[in-house]
Amino acid sequence: MEIREMTAARIGREIKRKNLGVRETAEAFLEEIRQQEPRIHAFLSVDRKKTLERVRQVEQGIRDGRYTGPLAGVPVAIKDNICMKDWNTTCASRILENFVPTGDAFVIQKLEEAGMVVLGKTNMDEFAMGSTTETSAFGPSSNPWNTDHVTGGSSGGSCAAVAAGESPLALGSDTGGSIRQPAGYCGVVGIKPTYGLVSRRGLVAYASSLDQIGPVGNSVEDCALLLSAIAGKDLLDATSLDVKLPDFAAASEKSFGGMKIGVPKEYLAEGTDPQVKQALADAISLMSQNGAQVEFFSLGLTDYVIPAYYIIACAEASSNLERFDGIKYGYRSENGEGLHEMYKYTRAEGFGDEVKRRILLGTFVLSAGYYDAYYLKALKVKRLIKEEFDRVFARYDCILAPVAPDTAPLKGSSLSDPLKMYLGDIYTVAVNLAGLPAVSLPCGRDDKGLPIGMQIIGNRFSEEKILRAAGSYERLRGTFGRAWHAGR
Amino acid sequence: MAKQYETVIGLEVHVELATSTKIFCGCSTKFGAAPNTHTCPVCTGMPGSLPVLNGKVVEYALKLADALSCQVNRYSRFDRKNYFYPDNPQNYQISQLYLPIGHDGALTIHTGGEETLPGSLSGHSANNKETLPGSLSGHSANNKEKTIRIHEMHMEEDAGKLIHDEWEDCSLVDYNRSGVPLIEIVSEPDMRTADEVIAYLEKLRMICQYLGISDCKLQEGSMRADVNLSVREVGSNRMGTRTEMKNLNSFKAIAHAIEGERERQIELLEEGKEVIQETRRWDDNKEYSYGMRSKEDAKDYRYFPDPDLPPVVISQSWLDEIHASRPEFQEEKALRYQRDYGLPAYDAGILTQTKRMADLFEETAGLSGRPKEAANWLMGDTLKLMKEEGMEAEELAFSPEHLASLIRAVDEGKITRQNAKKVFAAMFREDVDPLIYMEEKGMTMVTDTGAVEKVVEQVLADNPKTVEEYHSGKTKVLGFLVGQVMRQMKGKADPGQVNRMLLERL
Repeated sequence: MEIREMTAARIGREIKRKNLGVRETAEAFLEEIRQQEPRIHAFLSVDRKKTLERVRQVEQGIRDGRYTGPLAGVPVAIKDNICMKDWNTTCASRILENFVPTGDAFVIQKLEEAGMVVLGKTNMDEFAMGSTTETSAFGPSSNPWNTDHVTGGSSGGSCAAVAAGESPLALGSDTGGSIRQPAGYCGVVGIKPTYGLVSRRGLVAYASSLDQIGPVGNSVEDCALLLSAIAGKDLLDATSLDVKLPDFAAASEKSFGGMKIGVPKEYLAEGTDPQVKQALADAISLMSQNGAQVEFFSLGLTDYVIPAYYIIACAEASSNLERFDGIKYGYRSENGEGLHEMYKYTRAEGFGDEVKRRILLGTFVLSAGYYDAYYLKALKVKRLIKEEFDRVFARYDCILAPVAPDTAPLKGSSLSDPLKMYLGDIYTVAVNLAGLPAVSLPCGRDDKGLPIGMQIIGNRFSEEKILRAAGSYERLRGTFGRAWHAGR
Repeated sequence: MAKQYETVIGLEVHVELATSTKIFCGCSTKFGAAPNTHTCPVCTGMPGSLPVLNGKVVEYALKLADALSCQVNRYSRFDRKNYFYPDNPQNYQISQLYLPIGHDGALTIHTGGEETLPGSLSGHSANNKETLPGSLSGHSANNKEKTIRIHEMHMEEDAGKLIHDEWEDCSLVDYNRSGVPLIEIVSEPDMRTADEVIAYLEKLRMICQYLGISDCKLQEGSMRADVNLSVREVGSNRMGTRTEMKNLNSFKAIAHAIEGERERQIELLEEGKEVIQETRRWDDNKEYSYGMRSKEDAKDYRYFPDPDLPPVVISQSWLDEIHASRPEFQEEKALRYQRDYGLPAYDAGILTQTKRMADLFEETAGLSGRPKEAANWLMGDTLKLMKEEGMEAEELAFSPEHLASLIRAVDEGKITRQNAKKVFAAMFREDVDPLIYMEEKGMTMVTDTGAVEKVVEQVLADNPKTVEEYHSGKTKVLGFLVGQVMRQMKGKADPGQVNRMLLERL
């Protein structure tokens, strides 16, 4: 079997049994990257030398018995908003084009402890602001199922890399759907963990109260393994929480028999593509036929999630992105005279349109006289949404919902109408506002052959339940197939 | 008739906390290190870095809140104050606006005339005339107690420092101070005179020092005061338009700036002009303030809760613990000194002005068993030398052990008082061991009565003529005889003792 056909769990097992070499594995994926990148553009940086240097360390570590975990020797790709020592970390922005962090993010330290090998840094929407990777200052990525279409975003590079077989696993970040939506568009699995389960230290912040790093992979089990590797309390992130970590991979092997699953009626409303609805209906019947108790229910406040999300996310972003000023690192404009013009030109030239739009929106909602009307109101809505989900999870183990109202749009069709693009986040943002975990996985394909994704949402820190539900569904559904099987 | 004006003043005081590490990272807060050596990704605002609150800062803030009788927000939060400036690496300062740690407190100050010592007020007659010399206050005869209300107090991080390099014509930034913890104490506009302002600052400084939460040095910037000032006609209930003055780094500068600003505002009003609400920077050399920015271009800081920091939740038991550990403050201490050591109110007041002085006194008194002597050394020679050297009490270097052994040496007649002063001066400079120093300098006296007696008798035998003169009524010659003995003893005898011995034998 070709390495790229294998799951990460399988690669890990084969390496452990010495059927596969760490170097051989890394080389195979580097070759895949070399061949496919001209078409996919999932990566912003690949550094063969650094990767092979890491391979040697891992080989040594495996021999020494330092790396014994299930992912030892397994390659992984990293979204380019996660800091890695000595690797450019650009956030797909001109303003950080030449920025090299002095230290590793917490999750990178964890991957190192797990004995994983980083292949490169993946493309994304600039500062994770966008739903297609088209706001990347370095050009969009292409959907491996059909390169005329977008990958989704913002973690489009990570999802495309996994979907194209360039990497068995990847890390993304999810602020309003940025892992789940591109995973859905690219036919791979992605998890947005409970807020606080994974440390944000070293993740270049977009919206601090919503951002979470999460895994992308080809199976629920693969994502569960990667989640186990990166989760855990970080004393240097005050929002990271100290919770007992269950065996996520073991959970993904259990059956959902007896589980109560709710489907929000509002998530199947008009505006959602009938093919998406049909795929979800198929998943529902498959699950109910196999022991899960699936019910429709009414989820309140769905009209308010998009405005609340954009107000909170943009407000935080406007402040988080202030540090990019040309003073300490990153791009500095040569234009203008004096400090204030330097700030203005640096930021005007360094940021792209979508980032500027969100900074302006965020600056506006925090301004004197508007703070109460917008920001405080959005925080109230956030609290109400949380309470609404608390009520729902008193009745259901998890929620089943589409990831997006449609499948991956054609490149070039989204950015002209930002409002429409924002509305595409309708099914994903509530999860971030309430800090919930959710797993996104493919449940069908449309008439163009593009993947359709669904998500299973759980209560805070109930990753075990959603992985159980997702794992059993995945086994019932059977092999989804890979992009290259579909024929190009 | 000329209009009478009243000055209305409120203060915003920043106190730098004496924690060993910064408020949101583990970097050292030590003053004076090479630029950018006490820095890390957090206090230089690197991408991906996150703040983690230093619990010590909250503890110190709670101590101060307790001392200022503030209400504590049991659920407190940090907010971001957004503004672009290179000394502020994230371009937002983490501070507290919406739910500060403390609010609605009070500080009682004493002014009027030469400041009456607070310690002498309670439990003593009202016409106690003992006053503290060298006070900064003016010359009114009234002793006034006044309560200044505290509006709120909050925790925040300090910014870095910009240094302009004239030679290279560029600005350099040092982030060593970035993230050093501060507490800002905002008063209500309850002060009316420079005297009151200075009394308030001195009291606040004393409290912080007694709590051990800050050294409050104005010159080093560990205590900074911004003065909000307006004037209005006496009898008016309306507040005038206020200005805020910054860059005041000594009590003298504060007093001058208040006087200058009061006059500037009155002059404007007298000319029928308006006072503009603005921030003004005081230039102590030119003794003039100039406008920095007015309200029209006032910044909108876009405060909002910092999403990186969870709320600070303070338990009742923590508050109880803080209250129980409250130190003895100056007033109580001064009363205790009067009661337990029998010191006059005046002495007790002076000795408790700084915690350092009070500690030195108590330890020396305990070790020597002579509180009055300890008090005299500290109030006399110590204060005199401090004044000469322009030193603060915190800088005093001699140990109570050494002072106590000097007091004992004088007591036991091992050294003359005159020489003891010389020894003390050396102790004051480099904390020498007085006994060793006396020996080295040959100041130790012969306390062996037998040896002195021998010399006395020798001198009487050698000077029969003088003895005769004495008996014939010229008692003045006694001095000559004492001098002879002292000379033979090389000054190491107690002149009083010699005197007594001679008289016995004459």
